[in-house]
Amino acid sequence: MLTKRIIPCLDIKDGRTVKGVNFEQIRDAGDPIELGALYASQGADELVFLDITATVEKRKTLSELVNKIAHRINIPFTVGGGIKTEQDVHILLQNGADKISINTAAFNDPSIIKSFAKNFGSQCVVLAIDAKCEVDNKWYVYLNGGRTKTEILVTDWAKQAVDLGAGEILLTSMNHDGTKQGFALDITAQLAETLPVPIIASGGGGTEAHFYDVFTKGKADAALAASIFHYKEIAIPDLKNYLHAKGIPIRL
Amino acid sequence: MKTVIIQYNAGNIQSVLYALERLGASAIVTDHVETIQSADRVIFPGVGEASTAMHYLKERNLDAVIKHLQQPVLGICLGMQLMCTYSSENDTPCLGIFEENVQQFMPKDLAIKVPQIGWNTIVDLKTDLFKGIPEDSFTYFVHGYYASLGAHTISTTDYVQPYSSALHKKNFYGVQFHPEKSAKVGEQIIKNFLEIS
Repeated sequence: MLTKRIIPCLDIKDGRTVKGVNFEQIRDAGDPIELGALYASQGADELVFLDITATVEKRKTLSELVNKIAHRINIPFTVGGGIKTEQDVHILLQNGADKISINTAAFNDPSIIKSFAKNFGSQCVVLAIDAKCEVDNKWYVYLNGGRTKTEILVTDWAKQAVDLGAGEILLTSMNHDGTKQGFALDITAQLAETLPVPIIASGGGGTEAHFYDVFTKGKADAALAASIFHYKEIAIPDLKNYLHAKGIPIRL
Repeated sequence: MKTVIIQYNAGNIQSVLYALERLGASAIVTDHVETIQSADRVIFPGVGEASTAMHYLKERNLDAVIKHLQQPVLGICLGMQLMCTYSSENDTPCLGIFEENVQQFMPKDLAIKVPQIGWNTIVDLKTDLFKGIPEDSFTYFVHGYYASLGAHTISTTDYVQPYSSALHKKNFYGVQFHPEKSAKVGEQIIKNFLEIS
């Protein structure tokens, strides 16, 4: 049976993991390769590396880092941050990334979803959406790392992106991100029930029970989190054992 | 031992090379016919679309070359599908090494996503390719098309329905999952392939 995926996310700035990490067992907690390898050995199902300062000048640094990660890590990983052109994608895949994640650039020019899917396959095109529920109780798409509001509904954009060839949706709830109060179950379930591609839920995971909820009530195919893993608030093996014991299909 | 990874227009071939390197093995990535023919082991990887990949192979006469290889050959993902007789992905005649056909997952339930992306179990494991691999081990899959069960099935996985997650005929092996991305289990399968006599 296909299992639900647990995905640690590492934010990278100038080649180093940021958001703070707190691990004694690795030599250098700021090294994304070390941290990624640790998570892989602990049973992470995939990894996501997001370059939060990806600029044109830094892109070479990112592809070199991706190459080092690919040498070291024996599970799939996604790379995101500043990807705009086919050439950007080509370089990252050539250096060993399995998937790329796009967000603002795809919103500004949706045709890149189609061209990426055609040239590299839908399976490697992850559309990331930063979503925020407003006072009108509707979920809107935000861009530029959550700084820019749009008038477009998350459900509409997600559907359009899937029609264009996005192979997965990585949905981050800005209302929930960082709160540790649980994932956005309603919008996650809404996308999961209406779209034919996997939904990765992100933002708000603070307890093991939150992950159970996002896989059951939220109907998510995968759940992503960062600081709870970095700060060892939840250990991946404990989380997976808990979910398995509760009857969720999980790779142990 | 000389291992060759066949280069063609499919994504992420490097990962197979890096997986070999993690095992202390090396490989050459090439589409050069004589180099492929003279290798001790040939790996035929691939993520991509069937008709484009077959077109690329035919242009370079690699279709005929692969079919007639005598040494152990391992097709991965699209590589395995291209070793079958026919793929319904853009109505593509394939290499015809395995008689099984490739078709698209057609789930009746919308909750079942296509492509299948993630970790699933492999069962009814046969041949030395799976030596030391316990039944119900997890491997990583990314695919929207599958090979039916048949005489050459050496591993079965269930998604929408049971299908061939690995095939074997003579010196040819194919796996639908990505051993290069399947953690320790995948590493053992690659190691087994390198040790097949």
